[in-house]
Amino acid sequence: MSRRLILTGNDAAAEAMRQIDPDVVAAFPITPQTELMHKFAEHVADGEVKAELVLVESEHSAMSATVGAAAAGARSMTATSANGLALMWEIVYIAASYRLPIVMPVVNRALSGPINIHCDHSDTMGCRDTGWIQLYSENAQEVYDNILQAIRIAESPEVLLPVMVTFDGFIISHTAEVLEALEDDIVTKWVGEYDPKYTLLDTDNPMTFGPLDLQDYYFEHKRQQMEAMREAPAAVKKIGKLYGEISGRQYELIERYQLDDAEFVVVALGSTCGTAKVVIDELRAQGKKVGLLKIRCFRPFPETEIAEAIKNAKAIAVLDRSVSFGAPGGPVHKEIKAALFGTGSTAGLVNYVYGLGGRDISMDHIKQTFADLETIADSGTPTDSLRFLGLRE
Amino acid sequence: MREKTWTEIPIGGAIEEAGNADAYETGSWRTYRPLWNEETCIHCLRCWVACPDSSILISEGKMTGIDLEHCKGCGICAFECPVDPKAIEMKLETDVKNG
Ligand code: SF4
Ligand code: SF4
Repeated sequence: MSRRLILTGNDAAAEAMRQIDPDVVAAFPITPQTELMHKFAEHVADGEVKAELVLVESEHSAMSATVGAAAAGARSMTATSANGLALMWEIVYIAASYRLPIVMPVVNRALSGPINIHCDHSDTMGCRDTGWIQLYSENAQEVYDNILQAIRIAESPEVLLPVMVTFDGFIISHTAEVLEALEDDIVTKWVGEYDPKYTLLDTDNPMTFGPLDLQDYYFEHKRQQMEAMREAPAAVKKIGKLYGEISGRQYELIERYQLDDAEFVVVALGSTCGTAKVVIDELRAQGKKVGLLKIRCFRPFPETEIAEAIKNAKAIAVLDRSVSFGAPGGPVHKEIKAALFGTGSTAGLVNYVYGLGGRDISMDHIKQTFADLETIADSGTPTDSLRFLGLRE
Repeated sequence: MREKTWTEIPIGGAIEEAGNADAYETGSWRTYRPLWNEETCIHCLRCWVACPDSSILISEGKMTGIDLEHCKGCGICAFECPVDPKAIEMKLETDVKNG
Protein backbone atom coordinates (compact mmCIF):
# COMPACT_ATOMS: atom_id res chain seq x y z
CA MET A 1 0.00 0.00 0.00
CA SER A 2 1.35 3.41 -0.82
CA ARG A 3 0.07 6.79 0.26
CA ARG A 4 -0.72 9.59 -2.19
CA LEU A 5 0.41 12.91 -0.75
CA ILE A 6 0.61 16.49 -1.94
CA LEU A 7 4.04 17.74 -0.91
CA THR A 8 6.65 20.27 -1.91
CA GLY A 9 10.12 18.94 -2.65
CA ASN A 10 11.32 20.12 0.75
CA ASP A 11 8.41 18.42 2.48
CA ALA A 12 9.00 15.25 0.46
CA ALA A 13 12.61 15.23 1.68
CA ALA A 14 11.47 15.82 5.27
CA GLU A 15 8.92 13.01 4.90
CA ALA A 16 11.65 10.62 3.74
CA MET A 17 13.81 11.72 6.66
CA ARG A 18 10.94 11.25 9.11
CA GLN A 19 10.55 7.69 7.90
CA ILE A 20 14.30 6.99 7.91
CA ASP A 21 14.53 8.49 11.40
CA PRO A 22 18.33 8.90 11.39
CA ASP A 23 20.19 8.81 14.70
CA VAL A 24 21.60 12.32 14.31
CA VAL A 25 20.60 15.27 12.14
CA ALA A 26 22.50 18.56 12.15
CA ALA A 27 20.69 21.60 10.81
CA PHE A 28 21.42 25.17 9.85
CA PRO A 29 18.95 27.23 7.81
CA ILE A 30 19.62 28.54 4.30
CA THR A 31 17.15 29.40 1.56
CA PRO A 32 15.76 27.37 -0.17
CA GLN A 33 16.62 24.43 2.10
CA THR A 34 15.28 26.06 5.30
CA GLU A 35 11.78 24.58 5.10
CA LEU A 36 13.16 21.07 4.76
CA MET A 37 14.78 21.17 8.19
CA HIS A 38 11.93 23.29 9.52
CA LYS A 39 9.57 20.46 8.66
CA PHE A 40 11.93 17.83 10.06
CA ALA A 41 12.29 19.87 13.28
CA GLU A 42 8.48 19.73 13.57
CA HIS A 43 8.64 15.95 13.39
CA VAL A 44 11.24 16.02 16.16
CA ALA A 45 9.21 18.46 18.28
CA ASP A 46 6.07 16.36 17.81
CA GLY A 47 7.91 13.29 19.02
CA GLU A 48 7.42 11.45 15.71
CA VAL A 49 11.12 10.63 15.40
CA LYS A 50 13.82 9.68 17.85
CA ALA A 51 16.56 11.52 15.94
CA GLU A 52 18.91 13.79 17.88
CA LEU A 53 18.54 17.18 16.16
CA VAL A 54 21.64 19.32 16.60
CA LEU A 55 21.08 23.00 15.86
CA VAL A 56 24.49 24.32 14.93
CA GLU A 57 25.89 27.78 14.29
CA SER A 58 26.99 27.38 10.66
CA GLU A 59 27.10 24.89 7.82
CA HIS A 60 30.75 24.21 8.54
CA SER A 61 29.59 23.06 11.96
CA ALA A 62 26.61 21.20 10.46
CA MET A 63 28.89 19.00 8.38
CA SER A 64 31.41 18.73 11.23
CA ALA A 65 28.70 17.54 13.63
CA THR A 66 27.45 15.10 10.99
CA VAL A 67 30.95 13.74 10.44
CA GLY A 68 31.51 13.38 14.20
CA ALA A 69 28.22 11.58 14.66
CA ALA A 70 28.88 9.31 11.68
CA ALA A 71 32.33 8.44 13.02
CA ALA A 72 30.68 7.59 16.32
CA GLY A 73 28.60 5.05 14.41
CA ALA A 74 25.36 6.99 14.06
CA ARG A 75 23.27 7.15 10.88
CA SER A 76 23.68 10.88 10.24
CA MET A 77 22.17 13.43 7.91
CA THR A 78 22.17 17.14 7.22
CA ALA A 79 20.94 19.33 4.35
CA THR A 80 21.98 22.58 2.75
CA SER A 81 22.07 24.85 -0.32
CA ALA A 82 24.54 27.00 -2.24
CA ASN A 83 26.71 29.11 0.07
CA GLY A 84 25.97 26.73 2.91
CA LEU A 85 27.49 23.93 0.87
CA ALA A 86 30.41 26.19 -0.01
CA LEU A 87 31.01 26.93 3.68
CA MET A 88 31.00 23.24 4.61
CA TRP A 89 33.20 22.29 1.64
CA GLU A 90 36.26 21.50 3.74
CA ILE A 91 34.35 18.96 5.80
CA VAL A 92 32.38 17.69 2.79
CA TYR A 93 35.69 16.48 1.39
CA ILE A 94 36.64 14.97 4.73
CA ALA A 95 33.33 13.09 5.04
CA ALA A 96 34.07 11.23 1.81
CA SER A 97 37.72 10.71 2.68
CA TYR A 98 36.77 9.11 6.00
CA ARG A 99 34.27 6.92 4.12
CA LEU A 100 31.30 8.01 6.22
CA PRO A 101 27.96 7.04 4.66
CA ILE A 102 26.24 10.37 5.29
CA VAL A 103 23.19 11.33 3.22
CA MET A 104 22.67 15.02 2.49
CA PRO A 105 19.85 16.56 0.47
CA VAL A 106 21.15 19.65 -1.32
CA VAL A 107 18.57 22.09 -2.62
CA ASN A 108 20.29 23.60 -5.65
CA ARG A 109 20.80 27.33 -5.57
CA ALA A 110 23.18 29.70 -7.36
CA LEU A 111 26.38 30.51 -5.53
CA SER A 112 26.94 34.17 -4.66
CA GLY A 113 27.78 36.62 -5.96
CA PRO A 114 26.03 38.74 -6.64
CA ILE A 115 23.73 37.18 -4.10
CA ASN A 116 20.94 35.12 -5.61
CA ILE A 117 18.61 32.62 -3.94
CA HIS A 118 17.29 30.83 -7.02
CA CYS A 119 18.19 27.62 -8.75
CA ASP A 120 21.24 26.68 -10.65
CA HIS A 121 23.69 23.85 -10.22
CA SER A 122 26.81 25.85 -9.40
CA ASP A 123 26.73 24.61 -5.81
CA THR A 124 26.70 20.85 -6.33
CA MET A 125 28.68 20.97 -9.56
CA GLY A 126 31.28 22.92 -7.61
CA CYS A 127 31.85 19.93 -5.36
CA ARG A 128 31.57 17.20 -7.97
CA ASP A 129 35.13 16.08 -7.20
CA THR A 130 34.77 15.84 -3.42
CA GLY A 131 34.21 12.08 -3.49
CA TRP A 132 30.46 12.17 -2.84
CA ILE A 133 27.97 10.24 -4.90
CA GLN A 134 25.55 12.70 -6.52
CA LEU A 135 21.96 11.87 -7.45
CA TYR A 136 19.96 14.59 -9.25
CA SER A 137 16.17 14.58 -8.91
CA GLU A 138 13.60 15.59 -11.53
CA ASN A 139 10.65 16.19 -9.20
CA ALA A 140 9.41 15.77 -5.61
CA GLN A 141 8.71 12.08 -6.16
CA GLU A 142 12.32 11.51 -7.10
CA VAL A 143 13.51 13.58 -4.13
CA TYR A 144 11.64 11.21 -1.84
CA ASP A 145 12.71 8.07 -3.71
CA ASN A 146 16.35 9.15 -4.08
CA ILE A 147 16.76 9.90 -0.38
CA LEU A 148 15.43 6.48 0.59
CA GLN A 149 17.75 4.81 -1.90
CA ALA A 150 20.70 7.00 -0.91
CA ILE A 151 20.76 5.52 2.59
CA ARG A 152 21.17 2.03 1.18
CA ILE A 153 23.69 3.12 -1.47
CA ALA A 154 25.85 5.00 1.03
CA GLU A 155 25.83 2.16 3.53
CA SER A 156 26.58 -0.59 0.98
CA PRO A 157 29.70 -2.31 2.36
CA GLU A 158 31.48 -2.16 -1.00
CA VAL A 159 30.72 1.58 -1.32
CA LEU A 160 30.73 3.39 2.06
CA LEU A 161 30.63 6.86 0.56
CA PRO A 162 28.42 9.83 1.36
CA VAL A 163 25.56 10.64 -1.01
CA MET A 164 24.22 14.03 -2.03
CA VAL A 165 20.62 14.04 -3.25
CA THR A 166 20.12 17.24 -5.19
CA PHE A 167 16.95 18.99 -6.29
CA ASP A 168 16.26 22.33 -7.91
CA GLY A 169 15.66 25.20 -5.52
CA PHE A 170 12.12 26.63 -5.62
CA ILE A 171 11.27 24.79 -8.87
CA ILE A 172 11.12 21.53 -6.91
CA SER A 173 11.71 22.57 -3.30
CA HIS A 174 8.74 24.94 -3.10
CA THR A 175 6.32 23.44 -5.62
CA ALA A 176 3.58 21.13 -4.35
CA GLU A 177 3.19 17.93 -6.31
CA VAL A 178 1.29 14.71 -5.92
CA LEU A 179 3.58 11.88 -5.01
CA GLU A 180 3.43 8.36 -3.70
CA ALA A 181 5.08 7.67 -0.38
CA LEU A 182 5.65 4.28 1.16
CA GLU A 183 4.16 3.13 4.43
CA ASP A 184 6.31 3.75 7.52
CA ASP A 185 6.91 0.06 8.28
CA ILE A 186 8.07 -0.60 4.72
CA VAL A 187 10.62 2.21 4.93
CA THR A 188 11.78 1.05 8.37
CA LYS A 189 12.41 -2.37 6.88
CA TRP A 190 13.97 -0.90 3.72
CA VAL A 191 16.60 1.14 5.56
CA GLY A 192 17.07 -1.49 8.28
CA GLU A 193 19.25 -1.24 11.36
CA TYR A 194 22.44 0.66 10.63
CA ASP A 195 25.48 -1.49 11.24
CA PRO A 196 28.48 0.84 11.02
CA LYS A 197 31.80 -0.59 9.87
CA TYR A 198 33.60 1.44 12.54
CA THR A 199 32.41 3.20 15.62
CA LEU A 200 34.33 5.41 17.99
CA LEU A 201 31.95 4.38 20.78
CA ASP A 202 32.99 0.74 20.77
CA THR A 203 35.29 0.78 23.79
CA ASP A 204 36.08 -2.92 23.40
CA ASN A 205 37.62 -2.16 20.02
CA PRO A 206 39.12 1.31 20.38
CA MET A 207 40.11 2.90 17.08
CA THR A 208 41.18 6.17 15.57
CA PHE A 209 39.54 8.28 12.85
CA GLY A 210 41.37 10.92 10.89
CA PRO A 211 45.01 10.53 11.90
CA LEU A 212 47.85 12.17 10.05
CA ASP A 213 48.31 10.55 6.65
CA LEU A 214 51.49 11.61 4.91
CA GLN A 215 53.53 10.66 1.87
CA ASP A 216 53.50 7.03 2.94
CA TYR A 217 49.74 6.24 2.90
CA TYR A 218 47.57 9.19 1.72
CA PHE A 219 47.89 8.05 -1.91
CA GLU A 220 46.71 4.53 -1.03
CA HIS A 221 43.65 5.95 0.73
CA LYS A 222 42.75 8.00 -2.36
CA ARG A 223 43.11 4.87 -4.48
CA GLN A 224 40.61 3.14 -2.16
CA GLN A 225 38.14 5.99 -2.65
CA MET A 226 38.47 5.62 -6.41
CA GLU A 227 37.70 1.93 -6.05
CA ALA A 228 34.59 2.68 -3.97
CA MET A 229 33.41 5.00 -6.75
CA ARG A 230 34.05 2.22 -9.23
CA GLU A 231 31.86 -0.12 -7.17
CA ALA A 232 29.12 2.47 -6.75
CA PRO A 233 27.32 2.19 -10.15
CA ALA A 234 26.50 -1.48 -9.58
CA ALA A 235 25.20 -0.64 -6.09
CA VAL A 236 23.10 2.26 -7.40
CA LYS A 237 21.59 -0.02 -10.04
CA LYS A 238 20.99 -2.93 -7.67
CA ILE A 239 19.33 -0.72 -5.07
CA GLY A 240 17.32 1.05 -7.80
CA LYS A 241 15.96 -2.32 -8.87
CA LEU A 242 15.19 -3.48 -5.31
CA TYR A 243 13.46 -0.16 -4.67
CA GLY A 244 11.33 -0.85 -7.73
CA GLU A 245 10.14 -4.04 -6.08
CA ILE A 246 8.76 -2.24 -3.02
CA SER A 247 7.56 0.96 -4.73
CA GLY A 248 6.80 0.12 -8.34
CA ARG A 249 9.33 2.78 -9.35
CA GLN A 250 12.61 1.38 -10.60
CA TYR A 251 15.69 3.57 -10.89
CA GLU A 252 18.85 3.42 -12.97
CA LEU A 253 21.95 5.56 -13.37
CA ILE A 254 20.41 7.33 -16.34
CA GLU A 255 16.97 7.54 -17.85
CA ARG A 256 16.55 7.04 -21.57
CA TYR A 257 13.43 8.95 -22.63
CA GLN A 258 12.48 8.15 -26.24
CA LEU A 259 16.15 7.56 -26.81
CA ASP A 260 16.31 4.25 -28.67
CA ASP A 261 15.84 5.63 -32.18
CA ALA A 262 16.45 9.29 -31.33
CA GLU A 263 18.50 11.26 -33.86
CA PHE A 264 18.40 14.48 -31.88
CA VAL A 265 19.20 14.22 -28.20
CA VAL A 266 19.04 16.62 -25.31
CA VAL A 267 21.11 15.78 -22.23
CA ALA A 268 19.97 17.31 -18.95
CA LEU A 269 19.61 16.75 -15.25
CA GLY A 270 17.18 17.98 -12.62
CA SER A 271 13.75 19.53 -13.17
CA THR A 272 14.53 20.57 -16.76
CA CYS A 273 14.14 16.91 -17.71
CA GLY A 274 10.41 17.21 -16.97
CA THR A 275 10.11 20.16 -19.31
CA ALA A 276 12.11 18.33 -21.99
CA LYS A 277 9.85 15.27 -21.79
CA VAL A 278 6.73 17.35 -22.54
CA VAL A 279 8.46 18.91 -25.53
CA ILE A 280 9.62 15.51 -26.75
CA ASP A 281 6.07 14.13 -26.56
CA GLU A 282 4.88 17.03 -28.70
CA LEU A 283 7.66 16.69 -31.26
CA ARG A 284 7.29 12.90 -31.40
CA ALA A 285 3.61 13.41 -32.25
CA GLN A 286 4.88 15.38 -35.26
CA GLY A 287 7.09 12.45 -36.24
CA LYS A 288 10.40 13.94 -35.06
CA LYS A 289 13.00 11.53 -33.74
CA VAL A 290 13.89 13.35 -30.57
CA GLY A 291 14.89 12.04 -27.17
CA LEU A 292 16.25 12.89 -23.74
CA LEU A 293 19.18 11.47 -21.84
CA LYS A 294 18.55 12.25 -18.21
CA ILE A 295 21.51 11.88 -15.93
CA ARG A 296 20.34 10.79 -12.50
CA CYS A 297 23.71 9.73 -11.16
CA PHE A 298 26.30 12.36 -12.05
CA ARG A 299 28.91 11.02 -9.61
CA PRO A 300 30.11 8.46 -10.33
CA PHE A 301 29.65 9.43 -13.98
CA PRO A 302 28.19 6.45 -15.86
CA GLU A 303 30.41 6.97 -18.87
CA THR A 304 29.94 3.65 -20.63
CA GLU A 305 26.16 3.58 -20.33
CA ILE A 306 25.90 7.15 -21.52
CA ALA A 307 28.15 6.58 -24.51
CA GLU A 308 26.11 3.51 -25.45
CA ALA A 309 22.85 5.45 -25.12
CA ILE A 310 23.76 8.39 -27.37
CA LYS A 311 26.49 7.19 -29.68
CA ASN A 312 24.17 6.85 -32.68
CA ALA A 313 22.62 10.32 -32.35
CA LYS A 314 23.10 12.76 -35.22
CA ALA A 315 23.28 15.79 -32.98
CA ILE A 316 23.40 16.25 -29.21
CA ALA A 317 22.67 19.27 -27.03
CA VAL A 318 24.10 19.18 -23.52
CA LEU A 319 22.30 21.49 -21.11
CA ASP A 320 24.42 22.87 -18.30
CA ARG A 321 22.88 24.83 -15.43
CA SER A 322 26.29 25.97 -14.22
CA VAL A 323 29.52 27.31 -15.63
CA SER A 324 32.98 25.86 -15.35
CA PHE A 325 34.76 29.16 -15.79
CA GLY A 326 37.64 29.01 -18.22
CA ALA A 327 36.97 25.40 -19.14
CA PRO A 328 35.94 24.23 -22.62
CA GLY A 329 32.25 23.90 -21.75
CA GLY A 330 30.04 23.28 -18.74
CA PRO A 331 30.67 20.36 -16.37
CA VAL A 332 28.10 18.06 -17.96
CA HIS A 333 29.21 18.93 -21.48
CA LYS A 334 32.84 18.10 -20.76
CA GLU A 335 31.97 14.69 -19.36
CA ILE A 336 29.67 13.86 -22.27
CA LYS A 337 32.34 14.88 -24.75
CA ALA A 338 34.86 12.69 -22.95
CA ALA A 339 32.40 9.77 -22.84
CA LEU A 340 31.94 9.95 -26.62
CA PHE A 341 35.67 9.91 -27.31
CA GLY A 342 36.60 6.65 -28.95
CA THR A 343 33.00 5.56 -29.65
CA GLY A 344 33.22 6.63 -33.30
CA SER A 345 30.35 9.08 -32.75
CA THR A 346 30.20 11.76 -35.43
CA ALA A 347 27.38 13.63 -33.72
CA GLY A 348 27.37 17.40 -33.73
CA LEU A 349 27.80 18.30 -30.07
CA VAL A 350 26.68 21.61 -28.68
CA ASN A 351 26.68 22.96 -25.15
CA TYR A 352 23.84 25.16 -23.92
CA VAL A 353 24.33 27.04 -20.68
CA TYR A 354 20.95 27.98 -19.24
CA GLY A 355 19.00 28.83 -16.13
CA LEU A 356 21.75 30.56 -14.14
CA GLY A 357 20.48 32.27 -11.01
CA GLY A 358 17.03 30.79 -11.56
CA ARG A 359 16.48 32.17 -15.10
CA ASP A 360 13.44 30.32 -16.38
CA ILE A 361 13.77 27.64 -19.03
CA SER A 362 10.64 27.22 -21.12
CA MET A 363 9.33 24.61 -23.51
CA ASP A 364 10.10 27.04 -26.33
CA HIS A 365 13.76 27.05 -25.35
CA ILE A 366 13.91 23.29 -25.63
CA LYS A 367 12.00 23.33 -28.92
CA GLN A 368 14.54 25.82 -30.20
CA THR A 369 17.31 23.49 -29.06
CA PHE A 370 15.88 20.59 -31.04
CA ALA A 371 15.42 22.85 -34.08
CA ASP A 372 19.07 23.88 -33.74
CA LEU A 373 20.10 20.23 -33.60
CA GLU A 374 18.37 19.52 -36.92
CA THR A 375 20.26 22.41 -38.51
CA ILE A 376 23.53 21.21 -37.01
CA ALA A 377 22.97 17.67 -38.29
CA ASP A 378 22.28 19.04 -41.81
CA SER A 379 25.30 21.31 -41.87
CA GLY A 380 27.82 19.10 -40.09
CA THR A 381 29.77 20.25 -37.04
CA PRO A 382 28.45 23.35 -35.28
CA THR A 383 30.72 26.36 -35.59
CA ASP A 384 29.82 27.58 -32.13
CA SER A 385 29.87 24.79 -29.59
CA LEU A 386 28.82 27.02 -26.67
CA ARG A 387 25.39 28.63 -26.72
CA PHE A 388 22.97 30.13 -24.23
CA LEU A 389 19.27 29.68 -23.55
CA GLY A 390 17.37 32.64 -22.16
CA LEU A 391 20.32 35.01 -22.11
CA ARG A 392 19.78 38.53 -23.47
CA GLU A 393 22.41 38.79 -26.22
CA MET B 1 58.58 -2.26 8.03
CA ARG B 2 57.18 -3.10 4.56
CA GLU B 3 54.64 -0.47 3.55
CA LYS B 4 51.29 -1.99 2.67
CA THR B 5 49.35 -1.69 -0.60
CA TRP B 6 45.98 0.05 -0.93
CA THR B 7 44.14 -3.25 -0.65
CA GLU B 8 45.84 -4.19 2.61
CA ILE B 9 44.98 -1.19 4.76
CA PRO B 10 41.72 -0.14 6.48
CA ILE B 11 39.61 2.36 4.52
CA GLY B 12 39.28 6.04 5.30
CA GLY B 13 42.56 6.26 7.17
CA ALA B 14 41.00 4.48 10.14
CA ILE B 15 43.37 2.90 12.61
CA GLU B 16 41.87 -0.31 13.92
CA GLU B 17 44.69 -1.25 16.25
CA ALA B 18 44.88 0.71 19.50
CA GLY B 19 48.33 2.00 20.43
CA ASN B 20 49.98 1.16 17.13
CA ALA B 21 51.72 4.56 17.08
CA ASP B 22 54.43 2.51 18.78
CA ALA B 23 55.21 0.94 15.43
CA TYR B 24 55.64 4.32 13.77
CA GLU B 25 59.21 5.50 13.97
CA THR B 26 59.07 9.23 14.63
CA GLY B 27 62.62 9.50 15.94
CA SER B 28 63.92 10.30 12.47
CA TRP B 29 62.41 13.82 12.67
CA ARG B 30 64.88 14.81 15.41
CA THR B 31 67.37 17.69 15.05
CA TYR B 32 68.84 17.39 18.56
CA ARG B 33 69.54 14.13 20.35
CA PRO B 34 69.31 13.83 24.15
CA LEU B 35 72.45 12.20 25.57
CA TRP B 36 71.97 10.68 29.01
CA ASN B 37 74.77 10.52 31.56
CA GLU B 38 74.07 7.61 33.87
CA GLU B 39 76.85 8.75 36.26
CA THR B 40 75.25 12.05 37.23
CA CYS B 41 71.58 10.97 37.02
CA ILE B 42 69.82 10.92 40.42
CA HIS B 43 66.75 9.07 39.03
CA CYS B 44 64.30 11.77 40.08
CA LEU B 45 62.26 10.92 36.95
CA ARG B 46 61.34 14.53 36.20
CA CYS B 47 62.31 13.87 32.60
CA TRP B 48 59.96 10.87 32.52
CA VAL B 49 57.05 13.01 33.71
CA ALA B 50 57.81 15.83 31.30
CA CYS B 51 58.61 13.94 28.08
CA PRO B 52 55.69 14.51 25.64
CA ASP B 53 56.58 11.42 23.62
CA SER B 54 56.88 8.84 26.43
CA SER B 55 60.46 8.30 25.35
CA ILE B 56 62.15 8.11 28.75
CA LEU B 57 62.64 4.43 29.52
CA ILE B 58 62.42 3.32 33.13
CA SER B 59 62.53 0.09 35.08
CA GLU B 60 61.75 -0.43 38.75
CA GLY B 61 61.68 3.28 39.47
CA LYS B 62 64.96 4.00 37.76
CA MET B 63 65.77 5.62 34.48
CA THR B 64 67.34 3.14 32.07
CA GLY B 65 67.71 5.13 28.86
CA ILE B 66 65.99 7.01 26.05
CA ASP B 67 63.83 5.50 23.29
CA LEU B 68 65.48 7.08 20.26
CA GLU B 69 62.96 5.54 17.84
CA HIS B 70 60.28 7.87 19.20
CA CYS B 71 62.14 10.76 20.86
CA LYS B 72 61.59 13.85 18.69
CA GLY B 73 64.38 15.84 20.30
CA CYS B 74 62.35 18.64 21.91
CA GLY B 75 64.83 19.03 24.77
CA ILE B 76 62.22 19.29 27.53
CA CYS B 77 63.89 16.47 29.45
CA ALA B 78 67.23 18.30 29.45
CA PHE B 79 65.54 21.56 30.46
CA GLU B 80 63.78 19.88 33.39
CA CYS B 81 66.73 17.86 34.62
CA PRO B 82 67.58 19.35 38.06
CA VAL B 83 71.17 18.20 38.52
CA ASP B 84 74.20 20.32 37.77
CA PRO B 85 75.82 19.50 35.45
CA LYS B 86 72.68 18.15 33.76
CA ALA B 87 72.32 14.41 33.31
CA ILE B 88 70.80 14.99 29.86
CA GLU B 89 72.57 17.07 27.26
CA MET B 90 71.12 17.95 23.83
CA LYS B 91 73.51 17.54 20.89
CA LEU B 92 72.97 18.15 17.19
CA GLU B 93 72.19 14.82 15.48
CA THR B 94 74.72 15.63 12.77
CA ASP B 95 77.43 16.18 15.38
CA VAL B 96 76.56 12.90 17.14
CA LYS B 97 76.61 11.02 13.83
CA ASN B 98 79.85 12.62 12.70
CA GLY B 99 81.36 11.72 16.06
S1 SF4 C 1 64.14 15.25 23.88
FE1 SF4 C 1 61.93 15.52 24.18
S2 SF4 C 1 61.10 13.71 23.23
FE2 SF4 C 1 63.25 13.24 23.50
S3 SF4 C 1 63.34 12.22 25.44
FE3 SF4 C 1 63.67 14.37 25.85
S4 SF4 C 1 61.65 15.16 26.36
FE4 SF4 C 1 61.35 13.17 25.38
S1 SF4 D 1 65.60 14.46 35.14
FE1 SF4 D 1 67.80 14.19 35.02
S2 SF4 D 1 68.35 13.38 36.98
FE2 SF4 D 1 66.14 13.18 36.84
S3 SF4 D 1 65.86 11.12 36.03
FE3 SF4 D 1 65.92 12.43 34.28
S4 SF4 D 1 68.03 12.45 33.65
FE4 SF4 D 1 68.00 11.61 35.69
